Amino acid sequence: MSEPTAIDCDIHPGVPDIKTLLPYMSDFWRESFVDRGLDGFDMMSYPLGAPISCRPDWRVAGERPGARLAAMQTQALDRFGIGLAICNPLTGGQVAVSESMGAAICSAVNDWVVEHWLDKEPRLRASIVVPAQAPLLAVEEIERLAHDRRFVQVLMPAACELMLGRSYYWPIYEAAAKHGLPIGIHAGSMYRYAPTATGWPSHYLQDYITNSQLFEAQLLSLISNGIFVKLPELKFVFIESGVSWLPHFIWRAIKTWRGVRAEVPWVKQSPGDIIRANIRVTTQPFDAPDQATVTRIVEQIDCDEIFLFSSDYPHWQFEGDAITPPGLSDALLQRMRADNPLATYPRLKETVS
Amino acid sequence: MNAPVDVLQHRADAESTYGIIDCDIHPFPKQGALNRYLSERWRNHVAEYGQMTCGIYAGRGNYPRYQPYLSRRDSFPPDGGPPGSDVDFIRRQLLDPYNIAYGVLEPLLGGNNSRNLDEAAALSSAMNDWQVAEYTDPEPRLRGSILVPAEDPGAAVREIEKRAGDWRFCQIQLGTKTFEPLGRRKYWPIFEAALKHGLSIGMHTGGSQASAPSPGGWSQFYIEDHQLGTHSAATQATSLILEGVFDVFPDLKIVLIEGGFGWVPHLGWRMDAHWSKMRSEVPGLKHQPSAYLKTNFWYATQPVEEPEHPDDLRQTFEWIGWDRMVYSSDYPHWDFDDPHLAWRFQMTAAEKRQVLHDNALAVYSFK
Repeated sequence: MSEPTAIDCDIHPGVPDIKTLLPYMSDFWRESFVDRGLDGFDMMSYPLGAPISCRPDWRVAGERPGARLAAMQTQALDRFGIGLAICNPLTGGQVAVSESMGAAICSAVNDWVVEHWLDKEPRLRASIVVPAQAPLLAVEEIERLAHDRRFVQVLMPAACELMLGRSYYWPIYEAAAKHGLPIGIHAGSMYRYAPTATGWPSHYLQDYITNSQLFEAQLLSLISNGIFVKLPELKFVFIESGVSWLPHFIWRAIKTWRGVRAEVPWVKQSPGDIIRANIRVTTQPFDAPDQATVTRIVEQIDCDEIFLFSSDYPHWQFEGDAITPPGLSDALLQRMRADNPLATYPRLKETVS
Repeated sequence: MNAPVDVLQHRADAESTYGIIDCDIHPFPKQGALNRYLSERWRNHVAEYGQMTCGIYAGRGNYPRYQPYLSRRDSFPPDGGPPGSDVDFIRRQLLDPYNIAYGVLEPLLGGNNSRNLDEAAALSSAMNDWQVAEYTDPEPRLRGSILVPAEDPGAAVREIEKRAGDWRFCQIQLGTKTFEPLGRRKYWPIFEAALKHGLSIGMHTGGSQASAPSPGGWSQFYIEDHQLGTHSAATQATSLILEGVFDVFPDLKIVLIEGGFGWVPHLGWRMDAHWSKMRSEVPGLKHQPSAYLKTNFWYATQPVEEPEHPDDLRQTFEWIGWDRMVYSSDYPHWDFDDPHLAWRFQMTAAEKRQVLHDNALAVYSFK
C-alpha cells in the first residue's frame, strides 16, 4: 500500500451510453440521436465485455466498466493510496467519422465528467477529450474548458485520421501548450487504417498487442515532423502504451537518424534526447515478465523522469495490489508517483503543495 | 545446370575453419534482363502497364530513399549496371573477401506483389529462372529463393512444386507486407507446401503497400518508413502465432530478414502479458505466445541493433537466444553489415561461429 500522495495518471471513468449524455447536448444533437434512434458508440478499441476493459474482480454485474464513482473510490483511490487521479474518458466521440457528431459527443462527455466525477470527488482531475477528427473544433473545445483548472491534459487516441506529427494537428498542440496542458495519447484507434502494417488480423488480442507499434510510429512522426522544434516545452504522455518497447525503439531511432537525418534537417537533437525530454509514459501496463527484466529495461531507458505512475483502472493490467512493476527502487517509485506527474502536469501543482 | 557443390568442405581458410553463411544478398537485374524469362504476353503486359502495385507511383515505392538503388556507393559494378547485377563483382566484393560459403539471394523487385495475380505469378516465375541462370549457375555459392505470388496461394503452391527439387533454391521467399496478415487461413497452403518439401520461409521486410505502414496511417518521411519496416516483421510473427499456424505446422521454419531483432524480446513479453488475460479468444494456442518466437523463428541480424550501451546488445542476444540469430549482410545495400565489424560487443569465437555459420545450417539445407 502506498502513501496517500500517489498521483494516478491513468484512470477511466466509464463513459455512459448516448442516452445519458443527451442532457449535455444541443437541441439539434439531442433530437438527432433520439429521432435517428442512435446509440452504441462504444469504441472497438475497448469492447465493454473484453477482459482488458475491466479486471474481473472490479466488474460490477450489469454495469459498464468503471461506471460507478463509489467503486472507483474503494477499488482504486482508497485501495492504492491515490491522492490525485487523472480521468481519461474513452468515448466514441473521439473516433466518430462525423466531425460534428464527434465534437458533440466529446463536449457532452467533458461536461458529464465535470458534473458526475470532478464535482463529486476532489481527488479527481481530468483530460479534455477532443474531436481530433477536426482540429479546429478540438481547439474550440480546449478554449471552452481550459478555464477549469481541474482539466490538466488534452486527450487524443493513438491512431487518428493522419499521423500525429503532421502539421494538421499543430493547432491542437499550440492551444494545449498555451494553456499549460500536455497532450495525452491513449491506446486506441479511429480505425481509419488497418490495425497492423499488414492488414486486418483476426483477433482483438492482436489489435491490442499492436498498440505498442502504433505508439512507436506516432513517436517517429512527432519527432520527424518537428513539433518539438516548434514547441520545445510541450510534453506528450503515452498512456497505456506498454513500456518495454522503449529501449529497442530508442536504439533504432538513433541509428536511423544518424543514417538519414539529412531528410529532416530540423531535427538537430538525437531522438534519444528528445524522447527523454518530451515524452512521458504511464507505467501500466509495463509488459515485462519479472523483476530482473523490469530492472534491466529501466536501466536501458535511462531516464527516471519518464515514468508516470498509473493504475489504468478498471482495465485489467495487474493482479491484486501489484500496481507498480516489481523491483523499482524507492527513489524511482517516489519520482513516478509524485515528482514526475507534478513536473509533467503543471496544473496539478496548484492543488498540491 | 552445374552440379551442387558442397562448399562448406572447400571454403575453409587460414583464419577460420568455417565459411560464413549470409542470409541476405540482393541481386538486381540489368535493364531488361528479366524479359528473356517472360512470355511474350507478359513482356508486352509489363511494357504497357508496368507492375500493378498498391503504391502512388507507377515505377517506384512511395517513400523516396536516400541512396541510388538503396546501395553502397562502392557497389556499382565497374563494367556498368546497377549494384547486385554483376555476379563476378559480387564474388570479388563480397563472397571472396568475406569467405562466404553460401549466400541466400533475396530479390526485391516487387513483381510478386502485383495486384494482378497472373502478373505476379508470371513475374515470380521469371525471377526464379533469372536467379538460377544468372547467379546460381555461374556461382553456386549463391542460392536462390523461390518467389511466389503469395496473394494467390494456389499459384504459389504450383511455383513451389516446380522448384522444390532444384538444389539451386534454398527457401521460399515472402515479403513481410502481404495483403492480409500471413497467419490468416488463405495463406496456409503455402506453409503446407513448404513443410512438404522441407523448405523454410524467408520473410524479407517489404512487399506490398496494401496497408499503411502503421495503424496510424502514412508517415511523411522515409526516416519514419525505414524504421517502421520492422513493424511488419513483428506483426507477421504475431499473426502467425495467434492464428495457430505453428500448432498446425509445428515444424515450420521462418527466417525474418531485415526486420531488426531488438523488438523480439519485447514482443514476446507483450504477447504473453495480454494473452494471459485474453487467451479465451485464441483457445487453440498450445503454448504461450513467446514460446513460438524461440522455436519457429530465426532472426537475420542486419541491420544490427546499436544500443547506447554495448552490453545491451549482448543482453538482447541472450533474451532472444543465441541459437535463433543468423548473419545477414544486406549486400549491396547502404546499411550493409560487415560480419566482423557490425557488432558493438565482443563475441566469443564460439558465439560468432553460431551466428555466422552454425545457426543457418539448422534452417537451410544447402544441397
